[in-house]
Amino acid sequence: MNNLAISLPGLELKNPIMPASGCFAFGREYSEFYDLSKLGAIIMKAATGTERFGNPTPRVAETASGMLNAIGLQNPGVEKIIEKEVPFLAQYDTSIIANVAGSTLEEYEKVAAAFNQTDQVQALELNISCPNVKEGGIQFGTDPFMAAKVTETVKKASKLPVYVKLSPNVTNITDMAKAVESAGADGLSMINTLTGMQIHLPSRKPLIANKTGGLSGPAIKPVAIRMIYEVKQHVSIPIIGMGGVSNAEDVLEFLLAGASAVAVGTANFNNPFVCPEIIDSLPETLNRYGFDSVKDAIGKGIM
Amino acid sequence: MMKKENVVIKSVEQIALDTVEMVVKNPYISQKAIPGQFLHVSVEGHTLRRPISIADINRENKTITILFKMVGSGTAKLAALNPGMSFDVLGPSGNGFQTEGNESSTILLIGGGIGVPPLYYLGKELAKQNKEIISVLGYQTRANVFSEEMFRRLGKTFIVTNDGSYGEKGFVTDVIQKAGYFDYYYSCGPLPMLKAVTAKLADKPGMISLEERMGCGVGACMACVIPTDSEGGYKKICSDGPVFHTQEVSL
Repeated sequence: MNNLAISLPGLELKNPIMPASGCFAFGREYSEFYDLSKLGAIIMKAATGTERFGNPTPRVAETASGMLNAIGLQNPGVEKIIEKEVPFLAQYDTSIIANVAGSTLEEYEKVAAAFNQTDQVQALELNISCPNVKEGGIQFGTDPFMAAKVTETVKKASKLPVYVKLSPNVTNITDMAKAVESAGADGLSMINTLTGMQIHLPSRKPLIANKTGGLSGPAIKPVAIRMIYEVKQHVSIPIIGMGGVSNAEDVLEFLLAGASAVAVGTANFNNPFVCPEIIDSLPETLNRYGFDSVKDAIGKGIM
Repeated sequence: MMKKENVVIKSVEQIALDTVEMVVKNPYISQKAIPGQFLHVSVEGHTLRRPISIADINRENKTITILFKMVGSGTAKLAALNPGMSFDVLGPSGNGFQTEGNESSTILLIGGGIGVPPLYYLGKELAKQNKEIISVLGYQTRANVFSEEMFRRLGKTFIVTNDGSYGEKGFVTDVIQKAGYFDYYYSCGPLPMLKAVTAKLADKPGMISLEERMGCGVGACMACVIPTDSEGGYKKICSDGPVFHTQEVSL
């Protein structure tokens, strides 16, 4: 028996590890380093209705134990992604999760509907939490009413299960989670980045051209753990956890907090092999802390 | 092909103000790297890697020379490492300067600051092809000047400092006309310099190498993009570049 396997709505994962959206593009670059079939799933970079160029550069800055980014959802648009990128990923023995973004309810609906036309995508991750675009994204992700509305709209347009990606930039994460669960979400994905800023001393200006960026990396892991721990106790849908994961111990910590699967983001940049390395060491890590399987560890930290 | 490799430090030396030359050994990268490519260097305790261009290669000794400026805690930590220690790099990264098929007989190299190093390895390879090399190298001030002698061995070399404390005073673009005839140019330096150079040499064919803050360094994160002339088009500096034909990107 594979003790790493986990079943989630729409997803039969051979292991709970997947690269996070935006940190892995559409897999091509990392396929040069290892066989993507090793991964439990792949969450593709966000798709919008039409092509987006994104923000001016600089778009990234390193911070203590993390980084800020403001890419701005650069992507070739949902049609090109379906035509060129999805078939590439479909060659691999792994699940494909499409990240759906937009500026309006109509755009979210259009993108979601388009992914439903392919039989190569297994689930949608609804991106209502990108902090780096002026319209859409976060405005849907910080108001429970709007979050529910966009979830409902996308659920109507989709037979694929919908995981709603929550923003940590809110006062009450549980209200957001409950709102999207009531609106029909099949799962949650949390957390997206925390809005931050860094000022460059020589120029006295924000280092990132967009001024603010999303903070990711190990610095935000405790925030993610806390939010998942809280939310898990108030919803019954599964959670894909993310935020600063860089090794198998981090994965176990997310499982204990209540996540059923775990996405790895920023850590891919420093170590392109981080996902396969985590997958290889996870059985031993589970074992060392007294668990027989991934399933066995989910939510066991909640007391 | 880029790989994740361990490199062993052979020497570390400060060669100008805040500027460090480090020679590292690695059998794979030293055989594969071409001029203009870079190493994406991991510094312990830092989330992101640092892209550092390759300044020279010695295939026989299996060494790679990198030159970098200490601009923050990451590069300072890298500079503090000692011979015998090792670190992890992705490399050789990016697409380098194309020299094959270049029929030009006289080449102008235009470098600015920490953009000078990759031009040395390039100049050395071009000299092997019996091309005449002329170099125009710009620095902020006298204390920043490095690699002058090495370039002089390749050919006629002009040094420019912004404040005139060494060599000619001004910018590299002020000195280009003194360089005499050339049919092709290669340039690397800060963006404002590259803008001025490509504008001044609009009628000459050439290649430029760009720098930008990078995330992944492998083409996945979209942090280091540059627009192209075509509508909505872009290139990724880390994986499509860092070297581009001058007409390929809009600075």
